[in-house]
Amino acid sequence: MGALVDITKCIGCESCVVACRLYNGLEPGQNEGYRTAQDGNTELAPNKWTVIQSHRTEKSEKQIRRFVKQQCFHCLEPACASACFAKALQKTPEGPVVYNEKLCVGCRYCMIACPFGILRFEWDKPFPRVLKCQMCLGRLADGQMPACASVCPTGAITFGERDKMVGEAKNRLTSNPDLYTGQIYGVKEAGGTSWLYISDVPFEQLGFRTNVPEKPIPEYTWQVLRWTPFIFVGWGALLTGMYLYTKRRAGVHEEEEMYAPVDDDGK
Amino acid sequence: MQKKHWTFRITGFRLLLILFVIAAVAISLYRFIFGLGSVTNLNDQWPWGLWIGFDLLCGIALAGGGFSTALIVHVLHKEKYLPIARAALLTSLIGYIIALVSLFLDIGRWYNFWRPFFFWGYHSVLFEVFWCISLYTTVQILEFGDIFFERVRFPSLKKILHATMPFWLIIGIVLPTLHQSSLGSLYVIAANRLNPLWWSMIIPFFFVWSAFFLGPAMVTIEGTLAARAYRREPELPVFSSLTSVTMWMMIVYFIVKVIDLNYRGVFSQAFNGSFESNMFLVEMIVFVLLPIVMYAVPSIRNKLWGVFTASVLVVAGVVFNRMNVVFTGMAQSAGGHYFPTDWEILVTIGMWSALVLIYCFVVENFPIMPKENLVSHESSMTAGQSVHM
Repeated sequence: MGALVDITKCIGCESCVVACRLYNGLEPGQNEGYRTAQDGNTELAPNKWTVIQSHRTEKSEKQIRRFVKQQCFHCLEPACASACFAKALQKTPEGPVVYNEKLCVGCRYCMIACPFGILRFEWDKPFPRVLKCQMCLGRLADGQMPACASVCPTGAITFGERDKMVGEAKNRLTSNPDLYTGQIYGVKEAGGTSWLYISDVPFEQLGFRTNVPEKPIPEYTWQVLRWTPFIFVGWGALLTGMYLYTKRRAGVHEEEEMYAPVDDDGK
Repeated sequence: MQKKHWTFRITGFRLLLILFVIAAVAISLYRFIFGLGSVTNLNDQWPWGLWIGFDLLCGIALAGGGFSTALIVHVLHKEKYLPIARAALLTSLIGYIIALVSLFLDIGRWYNFWRPFFFWGYHSVLFEVFWCISLYTTVQILEFGDIFFERVRFPSLKKILHATMPFWLIIGIVLPTLHQSSLGSLYVIAANRLNPLWWSMIIPFFFVWSAFFLGPAMVTIEGTLAARAYRREPELPVFSSLTSVTMWMMIVYFIVKVIDLNYRGVFSQAFNGSFESNMFLVEMIVFVLLPIVMYAVPSIRNKLWGVFTASVLVVAGVVFNRMNVVFTGMAQSAGGHYFPTDWEILVTIGMWSALVLIYCFVVENFPIMPKENLVSHESSMTAGQSVHM
């Protein structure tokens, strides 16, 4: 499954943020209240799986404001899941990348791995979790769309099969080339993501990371890791060979005689 | 059957170290109760800080003395280096234990630490690091058992250990080769996040290669300090002759680095005047080229101060490199801010104090240091050889 966010249609009402909190039962922190983008941009947090960020920029020499919904991109080949050595992060066949706190060791390598810098850690808990958008897995199972997409009043979020969303994005770009930049963010980034964005302003002006490689991130790791068994066997065999060869040439040494014994009878 | 009681002299300096250890233990307890955020400055932009960057990455690299000496002495049978073998193994073993302890401190859900043994996330580099480090620490304990049972008499066990030792020695070189390199591979995944001066597909090679050439330098430093502490003659000829291993490996390291930067087309970034490029140049000039020159000049490498200073540069250089990978190279993409709290620094100091204390205890109670008369005899032999190298 996938979602298409049309940045030109978002008015920054933050219904999606509220829907996410309500459905996932995310309580605001102490003294925090429901801070919104109007009060200054909020960042993703363990209890904020989606936020709206406001960006002021220029278009045709006019000051404009655009709103960008942030959440986990749910990569097709997620770096976080490939980085997890306890299988706490997994890609489900339906699309969501989900987190299982029971398996998590709390090493935070997933946070190093995520090319979008999405994952959040509960720094103040004794047994912290790594939290992020789960694409409302339970709702998807019931055939519903994620909470955020279901409440959007302006149609800025469209939800459905990812292929259809890519098609829909292309349609909008071709039918309105004067409005959109012509780029779909998320088609190629990190090998493709489930959340796709189209915009009338270049993505680098909206805080998107534009240096994300197009190759799926796990492939980099695998290119290195696949050598492991060969190095293990090959290097082991080479060492054994060298050991046997040089042992025959070396004189017998009495290692024990060489080191000063510490107990009295050795002296 | 002990002939002599266990001894541990308490000096003023050791008392200070013990205080550091107690402080570290107290802070760790606090951390376990109130969470990582209560004692560290770690945040979502900087999930890995001082403990992973320094205690784990550098600690494991500094423990590289164990496997490089094992390779030189026990596999290549270069017997003249035998006097330093046991001390190298010991420091390495303690280094690994320290690294494991700091890892345990740093993981959030520590009661789950055993999970990767059963849930095979083999597509993760961390999986390889985890397996190799735990196995290798076990192997090192077995290797040390051979020495342990010379003091604590247990003939049957010692016999089994001694007979199987070649196997443990070889496994004990293969495992660290794999995980020293995979500590570097950890950062392969940060393809768009680590500065291209350090990110490379062959970063695993750079890590394992530098961990290896750091070994002899580390042995030199330990040997010199231990000699001073225990008023012995430092094994200078052994140190001087070991420099050729380090020097040639560093030359290869430097050449491969230049080729790699050129191949990826980022060579010019080393000179663009940015903070990253300056740090990179310092790393290359002060900590790679300078020690190569010092090792190359006989009048420097054959003097204790010379070989010691150059070795300090090599060791500091590897630490500097790891810090650049963890912090300098990630700073731009991470954004945000991280500097360790006093608590984090205290825990690190406590951890390394524990290392010194354990080292002293073991050296004073087990046969680690070679017999004095034998050393002087060996010295005259090896001194002659090293001059002609």
